[in-house]
Amino acid sequence: MSDTPLAPGLIADEYPETVRSAWLDWISTVDHKRIGILYMFATLVFFAAGGVEALLMRIQLARPDSHFLSPDQYDQIFTMHGTTMVFLVVVPMLLGFANYLTPLMIGARDMALPRLNAFSFWVFLFGGILLYLSFVYGHAPAAGWFAYTPLSEKGYSSRYGMDYWALALLGIGVGTVATAVNLIVTILKLRAPGLTIRRLPLFVWMVLVNSFLILMALPALNASLVMLLVDRQLNAHFFMSLGGGSPVLWQHYFWAFGHPEVYIMVLPAFGVISEVIPVFSRKPIFGYGFVAASTVAIALLSLGVWAHHMFAVGLGHAWDYAFGASSLLIAVPTGVKVFNWIATMWGGSIHFTTSMLFAIAFLFTFTIGGLSGVSFATFPLDWQTTDTYYVVAHMHYVLFGGTLFAMMSAVYYWFPKFSGRMLSERLGRLHFVLMFIGFHMTFFIQHFLGLDGMPRRVYTYPDLPGWGVMNMISTIGAFVIGISVLVLLWNMWVSIHAGAPAGDNPWNAWTLEWATTSPPPEHNFEAVPPVRSARPLWDLAHPEGGRL
Amino acid sequence: MWICGFILAVVTLALAYILIRFRRRDDGEPAQGTGNKTLEVVWTAVPIALVTTLFVLSVITARAVDRPLRAPDIVVVGHQWWWEVRYPASGAVTANEVHLPAGRDTLLQIDAADVVHDFWVPELGRKIDAVPGRHNYIWITAGRQATYRGACAEFCGPEHAWMRFRAVIDSPEVFDAWLAAEAAPAPQSAAADAVAGRTRFSQLTCANCHAVRGVNQQEPYAPDLTHVASRRMLAGERLENTSANLREWLHEPNLIKPNCLMPNLNLSDQDLSALTAYLESLR
Repeated sequence: MSDTPLAPGLIADEYPETVRSAWLDWISTVDHKRIGILYMFATLVFFAAGGVEALLMRIQLARPDSHFLSPDQYDQIFTMHGTTMVFLVVVPMLLGFANYLTPLMIGARDMALPRLNAFSFWVFLFGGILLYLSFVYGHAPAAGWFAYTPLSEKGYSSRYGMDYWALALLGIGVGTVATAVNLIVTILKLRAPGLTIRRLPLFVWMVLVNSFLILMALPALNASLVMLLVDRQLNAHFFMSLGGGSPVLWQHYFWAFGHPEVYIMVLPAFGVISEVIPVFSRKPIFGYGFVAASTVAIALLSLGVWAHHMFAVGLGHAWDYAFGASSLLIAVPTGVKVFNWIATMWGGSIHFTTSMLFAIAFLFTFTIGGLSGVSFATFPLDWQTTDTYYVVAHMHYVLFGGTLFAMMSAVYYWFPKFSGRMLSERLGRLHFVLMFIGFHMTFFIQHFLGLDGMPRRVYTYPDLPGWGVMNMISTIGAFVIGISVLVLLWNMWVSIHAGAPAGDNPWNAWTLEWATTSPPPEHNFEAVPPVRSARPLWDLAHPEGGRL
Repeated sequence: MWICGFILAVVTLALAYILIRFRRRDDGEPAQGTGNKTLEVVWTAVPIALVTTLFVLSVITARAVDRPLRAPDIVVVGHQWWWEVRYPASGAVTANEVHLPAGRDTLLQIDAADVVHDFWVPELGRKIDAVPGRHNYIWITAGRQATYRGACAEFCGPEHAWMRFRAVIDSPEVFDAWLAAEAAPAPQSAAADAVAGRTRFSQLTCANCHAVRGVNQQEPYAPDLTHVASRRMLAGERLENTSANLREWLHEPNLIKPNCLMPNLNLSDQDLSALTAYLESLR
């Protein structure tokens, strides 16, 4: 990457030769590819932090009545694990991929607003650093990533951890909104000639829908964070019942953001799967229109399901019925997607690359996560299972087995484009097997712990029959996942230095990012190929016809 | 549940079949089909029918579980990190133990004193949040004599894990006898160490938070101790209620439950023995 040419006249004129360096190039870059890589690298570091936090929790929970961590330490760590994985890993990792790939996939030179793009990244990075500075200050936030009031209010969280939390998320939230605006403008205004909306790669489709969802959901969080800060610092009482406020109001605001957030974390993953499965089945996606339209349906429905996080609050039957119905309904477009992906493989010629293995694992685990999700939308079941380990299992099936498996698929698929080198398939398969086994070992058993009555967010538990064994199995699984991540990092390290050269289009894929060199030059394309269908490179290879 | 299992089986089997049947055989490109409208309609309509069924079942269950309200039989208040349990009709107050008569419809009112908690006994039906500033209600009709474990199910701070309790279901006769005993003021033991303990209870800061009916009046900042010796467990189920454990708890509460709000009073051996004897006499 270091030989990527500088934009002529941009940095060279402003700084004397002696000041220019690789560091300055990276820090001052407004190139969407470099910003994308900065995002991915930063999220990798935060992922390591969040992963270590997860392992600490699993060590604590491996045996009943353990004293490895104090209750207060455990609460800080589980709060930081959730906050890190959601706000500093999954969302920005997806933004990183979207940043790198969107302009390339639509045949553009860069994002529409490159400086805003750089601003978004740095605001995110400093937000993340601010959050972790709370450890240095001496006390990380400890009221959970959901920060339910009044526990997160000054009276019950008197140290500054929650203030760090709110300020950091506010900064990250502003950056995320700016990126969403940037992506929307880029996709709507900078597409190559011939690339109509109905020919957009599905990944770009989902990024577009996702960006609108961010615009609608994030402001709810940003506003409530400000209200929480006003409560804490200026002694207001938006969320304190004693002063006439309402603790339930926070839950409404938070989940009005928080449930769309779940789809913000999963829609780009759907996009990845919709790119990877067709390429490695050597067939176009089954039902392009239905896959795209079901994304819009999911986004719209996701804005109206938040109170299914609150079935236990006692809001009354009208709420339960309305939000139960909308939550059940959202399973339908999600199911349509799964069926279309499976139908894409039908009659294909499936290449079992590591990328494809992760995509197939995604289909399997995400289906489990989706079905346990349906069991929550049937609210009488939710009254039993909510706030137990059943939920922990469910959300990790969706976010880890779903989104993160899709991200792994994306890494193996696009790493050659980013670096110009292939990742090792042998190490890749080892990584896949370890992660798949580790994941199911950790989380499948948690369904049973939850059904057996183990509440979540507890730092320890009584020695009830079976609980110790099940938790120990879960902990061992978590360490298997940890080892699999080390294999991935090793694979990346080895491949960057000695991987096989990738060439422009190692997978024989069909979208525009494969029509340029790997890695692409700063201006992306020497010439964008003509676009006459959703698969421009297929058309190039098959000039005789066979177009969509 | 069986519906979910069935769908998972179908998806998994279809996936496995496709993966084996259509694995790569040669380098040729397969036929390039792009979709099928009829199939799309079918796999949209069938899930809609399924979720509609689930919704109807949910509504039926919900209507059966929640019935019209009246004055509650029991008021349960969640505190950091224990449960206050009051029986308004009789005036009985206890903690971390909910006694219920078998076969009678009982209405519980669930409140919170500080932060959001959640009252949950898995065997007795739904869980429900305890939210400061509002009252929630839950109907329980316990079938037969049994003791169940309950827990706080909403994260409420560092000692959330030890905010557990028992639900004790007795025959109506046994329950009524228990309630009458619990409503009575504290017994007055004549044993010397218990009398000494009773004096120390009032002299030390114990009485600033704990109530012993007949000895002091106190807002419920901490569990009512009027009949503490009759309970099975101590400190939100952290310890069994034995005299050795009770003594340990009084000696160093912060070792047993690090973030509990009960302070370590640095009691002398003499005070420990006296207080333990006194509390043991409160049957």
